[in-house]
Amino acid sequence: METALALTIGVLVAAAAYLLLARDLPRALLGFVLLGTGANLAILAAGRVGTMAPPLVASGAEALAAGAANPLPQALVLTAIVIGFGLAAFALVLVMRAHAEFGTACAEDMDEAERPDEVPATARPALAPAAARKEAA
Amino acid sequence: MAFPDIALVLPLAIGLVAAALAARLGGHRAAIAGSVAAGLAFLAYVLVSAGAEGGAAPASAFWSVPSLGIAGGLRLDGLSLLLALLITGIGALVLLYAGRYLQGDPRLTRLVVLLLLFMVAMLGAVTADDVITLFVFWELTSIASFFLVGYDHEKAGARKAALQALLVTGGGGLALLAGLILVAMAAGTTSLSGIIAAREAVLAHPAAMPAMLLVVLGCFTKSAQFPFHFWLPNAMAAPTPVSAYLHSATMVKLGVYLLARLSPVYQSEALWQDLLTGAGLLTAATGALLALRENDLKRVLAYTTVTALGTLVLLIGIAPDLSATAAVTFLLVHALYKAALFLVAGILDHETGTRDAAALGGLRHAMPWTAAAAVLAALSMAGLPPFVGFVAKEIVYEAKLATGGAAGVVAGIGFLVNAAMVAVAGLLSWRIFFGPRRPTPRAPHDPPKSMLAGPVLLASLGLLAGAAPGLVGAWLLDDAATAILGRPVEVPLKLWHGFTPVLAMSAATIALGLLILLGWERLMPRLRGVAAMDRFGPSRGYDRALARVIDFAEGTTRAVQHGSLRGYMRTLLLVAALAPLAVLLARGGVDLPESGGLDPRAFAFGLVALGAVATALARSTFAAVMAVGLVGFGTALVFLTHGAPDVALTQFTVEVLLVVILATVLIRLPVKARDIRTPRQRAGDAAVAVALGGSVAMLLLAVLASPFDPRLGEWFGENSVPAGHGRNVVNVILVDFRALDTLGEIAVLAIAAFAVIALLRGAARPLRPGN
Repeated sequence: METALALTIGVLVAAAAYLLLARDLPRALLGFVLLGTGANLAILAAGRVGTMAPPLVASGAEALAAGAANPLPQALVLTAIVIGFGLAAFALVLVMRAHAEFGTACAEDMDEAERPDEVPATARPALAPAAARKEAA
Repeated sequence: MAFPDIALVLPLAIGLVAAALAARLGGHRAAIAGSVAAGLAFLAYVLVSAGAEGGAAPASAFWSVPSLGIAGGLRLDGLSLLLALLITGIGALVLLYAGRYLQGDPRLTRLVVLLLLFMVAMLGAVTADDVITLFVFWELTSIASFFLVGYDHEKAGARKAALQALLVTGGGGLALLAGLILVAMAAGTTSLSGIIAAREAVLAHPAAMPAMLLVVLGCFTKSAQFPFHFWLPNAMAAPTPVSAYLHSATMVKLGVYLLARLSPVYQSEALWQDLLTGAGLLTAATGALLALRENDLKRVLAYTTVTALGTLVLLIGIAPDLSATAAVTFLLVHALYKAALFLVAGILDHETGTRDAAALGGLRHAMPWTAAAAVLAALSMAGLPPFVGFVAKEIVYEAKLATGGAAGVVAGIGFLVNAAMVAVAGLLSWRIFFGPRRPTPRAPHDPPKSMLAGPVLLASLGLLAGAAPGLVGAWLLDDAATAILGRPVEVPLKLWHGFTPVLAMSAATIALGLLILLGWERLMPRLRGVAAMDRFGPSRGYDRALARVIDFAEGTTRAVQHGSLRGYMRTLLLVAALAPLAVLLARGGVDLPESGGLDPRAFAFGLVALGAVATALARSTFAAVMAVGLVGFGTALVFLTHGAPDVALTQFTVEVLLVVILATVLIRLPVKARDIRTPRQRAGDAAVAVALGGSVAMLLLAVLASPFDPRLGEWFGENSVPAGHGRNVVNVILVDFRALDTLGEIAVLAIAAFAVIALLRGAARPLRPGN
């Protein structure tokens, strides 16, 4: 089971990396979400898995029974899920805003849109490496 | 008469106070104040040296760092005194001169302040008694020189020359620092007098020779020895008072000074002798040859300075006692006549509008005082009796002839070099002031007294010292030579030695020099025509090396800071993929954890993996969002089936919210639905992605195979009820044991919410006009 979980996390991270490398920001955002999920699962796995018993102290008992799950990674993951959601929401609004500003959701195009618009990009070749590369290609 | 311990700090303090005062006064008055201050410092040194009892050198130990073994301080022995007097004396005259030379120039104040700071740095360097103080002041002179050479900072040539001087002398300074630290470690003390006393230990140290080479390298760059001589003529971009002060009389002597200072340690080493003799001869010859192919007066003088510096290094390198006296005599003589000639060159430039030696002639009637000073100084330079230059040249010849095996070579090259110096001296006096009058851009006349004072006084001193050489010797030079040799020396300086071989050599030198002078007009353009000297010189090497460094920096910047977001991301992910793999490989592979076979819970893993692959390969954004939802629900199932119902509940909630929001927003954006990467880009990205995924999986397997330390989890399990009064351990951790972390999490969420609101509100109006 542990090996299977590790491989699943590997697949998750690979998919996340593939999406992060995409040119358009919405895909990169989804990659970001997947990467967070992969990290959460990795934390859970690192705390060792196997049991199905939740970390609850039985009534009358003073301490957690020996077969219960490790509570620490669960606490960490709970926090991480919520923070990850906040981050995803913020990133999503950034993508929206960037799209509203630049009229595109493609990161490469935004690289040029970032240039100060007082001077046309063509007049400042030293400052427009992306444009220069594109023309060369 | 006893002096307080702090007496040697006084001249430095005078210089600093004067610099502050000059900055306030400004302009011509700043120059006068600076000149007076330099004169006062001169007097202070005379008083301190006169008050020294029984030959013991006065010392001021004014700082120390015992924990680092640094005992810092200043000390004034014969050699330091000679240089200190030159620095303050010539400084006073140069400052007076500069006030008139640059009158009306708005940057005059800055020049005066810089010259005063330079003077303080120089005085600190030549009176330092420990290598650390010496090094700090040494570098300060380089920095002052940088600003002074770059005085005309609006001219590209001046900036380039300033940078060149700084890089060459600063690079040498680094070598010097390393060498001095090695020497100090070997000697067990940073004190210069201590190092000289610990001579045996310094030479016995395993790194003795590398240390010596590093020190010599530093001295050679500072004193413009071949092949580092090229920065000195280029430094002539500075105003003439600066050239006269820094680049003939004082700063360039600093390397010679340190070599002389360390001579008692190394003088019996064969490598030291060979190195100094060889470099000195080569430098002297190079300088003499290059001087004859210039027509700019300042560059001619710069190359003759290179020659003089070579001669000085040579004299320190050759062994006999006589050479120490010869070195200090020549050092004094050269400083006097060369500063005078530089100041004359400045006057000519100032009054006639040109510095071209070929364009000037017959000026003696128009500028009689200037002519007198020039002729006096030039006669000293040429080494004619009764000038002190003659005394110096005689003793230099004597020292060279007594060299031993290589005497023939040393004296022979010295003879040719001296003949060239005679020719240059004739050029600077006879050709310019006598002979036919040539038209000049401006009608020439003698400059005001404050500009004449320097050259006339310095040139006259040369005549006086020549008339009574024994007096100067007893007062200044014997003590200085003693410091070089490390044992008392008394060589009576005489004007007239009788009819000796040396006198014959002198006569032959002058004859040959006059011949060169007569043929100068034909010789100069011919030498100049030898383009190979420009093409293969070390100056070219410097240019090329500098260009290479800049090219390399540009290439690196372009490769690293390419500006492509995807490129940065790819680099980051690749490093994240390869670094763990490298560690795992170094540990010798991965052990698989003990796995108890698959059970039905693996279904949830399958959902997660399927959803992940579907997201990556989804053709439309909408399908991708749905696939992300699948991953989320799969993950929640994993939590649920692994004893984490709380986490599963949260994951479900968040996932529903996320999918709804993502779907709502992303669908509204008119995004190109398809992945716009080319197939080739996709293959490359997939390779990076698979590498990262594989790396993470391997890393996790390695982690899972290693023994687990359950203490933290057990502690929380045991203390949850007694300390936290809760049976849900995860809840107790979140709201009790780690409550502050949870508070932080809430704060982060609140901040994110505010940021989202701000961005959404702002979206109504564009950030910049035009979009």
